[in-house]
Parts: sequence; C-alpha cells; structure tokens
Amino acid sequence: MSADRQHPDGGDLHTPRGPLDAGGHELQDQPPRTLVPAVPEVTAHPSRTLWGDAWMRLRKNKLAIAGLTWITFIIIVTVSADLWVPQNFAEPTSTEFASMQAPSADHPFGTDRIGRDVFSRVVYGARVSLAVGILAVSISLVIGLALGSLSGYYGGLLDAFVMRTADIFFAFPYTLFAIALLAVLGPSYRNVFIAIGILGWPSIARVLRSSILSVKENEYVDAARAMGASDLRIMLRHIMPNAIAPIIVYGTMSIGGAIITEAALSYLGMGVQPPTPSWGGMLSEAKALMIPAPWLTVWPGFAILTTVLSFVLMGDGLRDALDVKMKD
Amino acid sequence: MLKYVFRRILQMIPVFLGVTLILFALRIPGLLPGDPVQLIVGERELTPALRAQIEEEHHLNESVPVQYGYYISGILQGDLGRSLQKNRTVTDILLDKFPNTARLAVSAILVEIIIGLLAGIISAVKQYSFWDVVVTLSTSILVSVPVFWLGMLLQMFFGIKIKQWTGGAFSLPMSGMGSPPDLVHLILPSITLASVSTAYVARIMRSQMLEAMGQDYIRTAMAKGLSERVVVFKHALKNALIPVVTFIGIDLGALMGGAILTESVFSWPGVGREIYLAVMQRDWPVVMGGVVVVVLIVMFVNLLVDISYAVLDPRIRYGGTTE
Repeated sequence: MSADRQHPDGGDLHTPRGPLDAGGHELQDQPPRTLVPAVPEVTAHPSRTLWGDAWMRLRKNKLAIAGLTWITFIIIVTVSADLWVPQNFAEPTSTEFASMQAPSADHPFGTDRIGRDVFSRVVYGARVSLAVGILAVSISLVIGLALGSLSGYYGGLLDAFVMRTADIFFAFPYTLFAIALLAVLGPSYRNVFIAIGILGWPSIARVLRSSILSVKENEYVDAARAMGASDLRIMLRHIMPNAIAPIIVYGTMSIGGAIITEAALSYLGMGVQPPTPSWGGMLSEAKALMIPAPWLTVWPGFAILTTVLSFVLMGDGLRDALDVKMKD
Repeated sequence: MLKYVFRRILQMIPVFLGVTLILFALRIPGLLPGDPVQLIVGERELTPALRAQIEEEHHLNESVPVQYGYYISGILQGDLGRSLQKNRTVTDILLDKFPNTARLAVSAILVEIIIGLLAGIISAVKQYSFWDVVVTLSTSILVSVPVFWLGMLLQMFFGIKIKQWTGGAFSLPMSGMGSPPDLVHLILPSITLASVSTAYVARIMRSQMLEAMGQDYIRTAMAKGLSERVVVFKHALKNALIPVVTFIGIDLGALMGGAILTESVFSWPGVGREIYLAVMQRDWPVVMGGVVVVVLIVMFVNLLVDISYAVLDPRIRYGGTTE
C-alpha cells in the first residue's frame, strides 16, 4: 500500500464518488460539498481513479492474471499465425498418405482424416472463435446498452416494452433459438455472430437497466439536473461511468459464452462451415474417429476449455476488483 | 393463492404471444431470406400449380394478420402441422419423444441436486480448505467446458478406454437408451447434461451457505452450544437453500425442453435431437412446431415451480411480482 493513501485527498473531496469506490476510501468528517465548485488543485500525488484502483486489485488476483495472460497469448498467436504457422490449415500436409497420424514432432497435435495438420487448424480456429466471440458480444452490447440505458433512465412505457421483449427472448431455450435463427438465416460465419449477438442483448439490457436504476437515485444526479445538465450529459457523464462496471464484468464473461455457443453451433453443423477451421467444426469431424484418432477430440476441446476458462476467470477477477454484486 | 396463480398465468400470455409472433415472423416472405413455399416444397419441383395449392393449404395468400390468426388458433388446438419428411403430425412426433427427454432431465436434476448440494455445503463449511479449493476450481472449469466435448470425453474414457484396459469386461454404453430402456444407458448422458448446472448449484450453494453462516442467528445457535452439525444442517442450510431451489426449478424447466447437444452426442431420442434432425432435413413444420412446444413446456414447468414455491413460502404470494 503506497504512502499517499493515508493523505487526505484534498481537492478530490469535491468530486462526487460513485458507489463503487466508496468502500475503498475513508470519508472525511465533513460531508462532501458537491455544489461548491471545486478548485482544481495541483497535487504532487498521482490521482487514483476507479480504474486505477480496480487494476491494482485485479493484479493481485492470480487466476484472473493467468486468464488475461492466456487470452493475450492466444491473441498474439492468432494475429501472427500467418508469419510462423508452417503448415497450410486447409490442405493435406504432404502428397503421401498422411491421414490420421498420431502426434509427433512434425505434427504436435497429429493430423486429421485427410491429413491436415491439427495444430495449424487449432491455431487458425482460435481466430474464428475469438472473432465470433468479440463480434457477437459487440452486437449484444450495442443493442443492449442502447435499450438498457433508455429503459433504465426513462422508465415508463418504453421500459415496460423493452423488458417484456427481453422476457420473450428469455422464454426461448437458448441453443434451440440460435439453431432456429440459423436455420432461417443459413449457416455461415457471419450469421453465427449475428445470431449470437441478437440473442445476447436482453441480458446486457437487464444488467445495465438495474445498474442504472440504482445509480440514478444518487444525489449527484439530482445536482446535475438542478444545474441544468441535459439528459444526454447526465447519462454519459454522471450515470454511465458509475453504472458500467457490471457490464464490463458481464461482457467479459459473455465473450466466453459466445465462444462456447459458436463451438456448439459449428459442432452441430449450423455454424462456421468447413473448410474454415473452427474448434466446434473440428470436434464434429472427430466424432466418428474417436477410436482411431483420439487426439482429434482432445486438442480442439482443450483449446475451447482454456480460452473460455480464461474469460470466466477474468470476469470473476473483474467482478471482485470492481466490487460488483451480481446475482448468480 | 388462487389470485396469485391467476396473475401468474395472465403474465404468461403476452410472453407466449411474443414468442409465437417471432416464430411467425421468421416465416414472412421478404423479412428474412427464404421463400416459405420453397421451404415447404423442399426438394420437389415447384410448379405454379403446386405453388397455388400450397399457398391455399397454408393460407399463404391471406393477409399477414389473418395468417397469424390461423397460426395461433392452430397452436391452441394442438395442431402444429404435419412433418414434411414423415407422414405424421408434429404433435404426434413430439409426444413420442417427450418421455425420453423427461427421463434424461429428471436424472440430470438428481445428479445436480446430490453432487451440487454436497459440493457446495462442503466447500462452504470447510472454507479455504483443500476441498473448498477443489470445488471452486472444478466449478470454474465445468462452466467453461463445452457440454458436447465433455460428452465425447466421457464416451472416450468410459466407453472405449476402460473397455480396452479391462479387456472388454467393463464399459458404459455410449449411445441410445438401450432396449428396453435401462439405467446404465442414462449414466453418461445425465452426467453430461447435469455438468454445467451442477457447477452453478455448487457455487450458489456455497455463497448462500457462507452468507447464512455469517448471520446473527447462527452465532446465537453456536453460542447456545449446539453442535456444528445441527447448526449447519438445521439452521444455516434451511435458509441457504431457497435460492438454490429457485435455480434448480428454472433448470428443470430448461432441461424438460430438451437438450440438443447432449441428446445429439449420445444419440438420445429426445425432443431436442428430433428438432435438430428436423433442422438438418429442412423439415420446417417440425422445427417451428417443436420450438413452440418447447417454449410452452418451459413456461408450464416454470409455472408449476412458481406455484409450488408460493405454497411453500408465503412471502412470495404477497410480495411483488418482480424479481
């Protein structure tokens, strides 16, 4: 713990505190005078923001850092794959018959039914999985944040409409709904992340709405309104920064969820289509070859597990670091 | 009580209408790619005469609201249309498969309750012990494992490897229900299906139990000199169980709706696999009808759970309707 923590924060007192960092600081005797315009003081101490605090706490969480490291590693490996992955993932590795070779120095994860290098395919599969995970969650975030914030901020009829629509989405069993959507849209790489993204917004909207509902009650919001701030300004400057933490936690975990869903859909043949390598698709091909070539089952699944686990651990770590209370 | 049940059923109506509206919208030409007539015709050649006949049969030449009316009244009468592949009604096909799905769902719920509760209680009572770490880590891993991969691994280990090691003396069946259906065939599919939820049950149980153990009445009970066993099981567990029971109830509804992945991996002839096969064969009425039925089953089971809940816990009856 650094020494400046004991110092009274001086000018900082005037800035309204979000509920999230309230626990981390000792409040002074006099109440914060929010209406007195703060004179910005030049202090010698580096200011400690909510995110700085969160990062400090996150850094101490070994599991979360392990997850973060693994995700970073996978991103680097995938982005640079073209530079160093020796074998073409789409074609058999040699002209001679190389089908279903056990793992060896040449092929660390073995080869598949038509002699393609499984290691290269797992590496390129990561590209598909991460891209789908991130794109799908981005779509959910765009829709969910827009609807959730309007719903939470304005309430009333709009809120009722958005939340009932969310209820309808929740009434569908998830995988089944995804499959029905893809049956209509047609299975493809693009449609997979669109479908997962569309199915994901209600949760985001709900989490954000309830978060906004509690933040909205704070006095600094009333104060901002009394000072004539516009709705947009109140929303973006005062509510969002304090309401966004649960979304960060939930969004992180959702990427893991989207990766699992993509794998499941591709496994069922409704997702990314061969020959594009995807982990789920590879497992689907492995299904009939469990006895002669168990490595075909082991490695793609292991890749899914470790990647999703990393996002889950990151999410857990962020939840503790940002001190978010979430219902399981 | 009756009032509560009535209100709860009323709440279901808009959700059900919304669900059917979305499924109906998936069939409107122009909204999404795909010509409904072509979907019905499938591989057959589409002549203008055949098109006219199909449009007539399926009321496709009516206005959209009228079509929706036909659609809803069909559902309410239990008429979900006929399969394009099999010469049977969708209702018949699904009724046939439902008992298998229910069997699998119930045994998965049992696994969840037994293993999930035990793991959660142990890791809460012995917080920070070796077993707590084991439970916490394995629940994180379990929620990250794709169920179909877990199923494949179990098949590989219990179906293939053990058979090789024991020289064929012991192995577990890898697919189907057995004929006549037996319990052995249930083991691997129900473990697979229960995996993720078991992890959640253990996690919720642990956190609820820890919270309950921190309450004043627990300290009082301890101070009175009651044994730890009595305090844990009689006082803490009773209060900690409520959220866990809620979760299990919701999960029961979800599982009753069929488990596409588990059923596909283990070739389990349930509702989920049937719908999935219908998707692959472009047997549109079975897909759409199947989804409607599954949603209805899930809603109905949730209703039953909520009612039994209101019977057990009066606070819910009189409290608000929101979460």
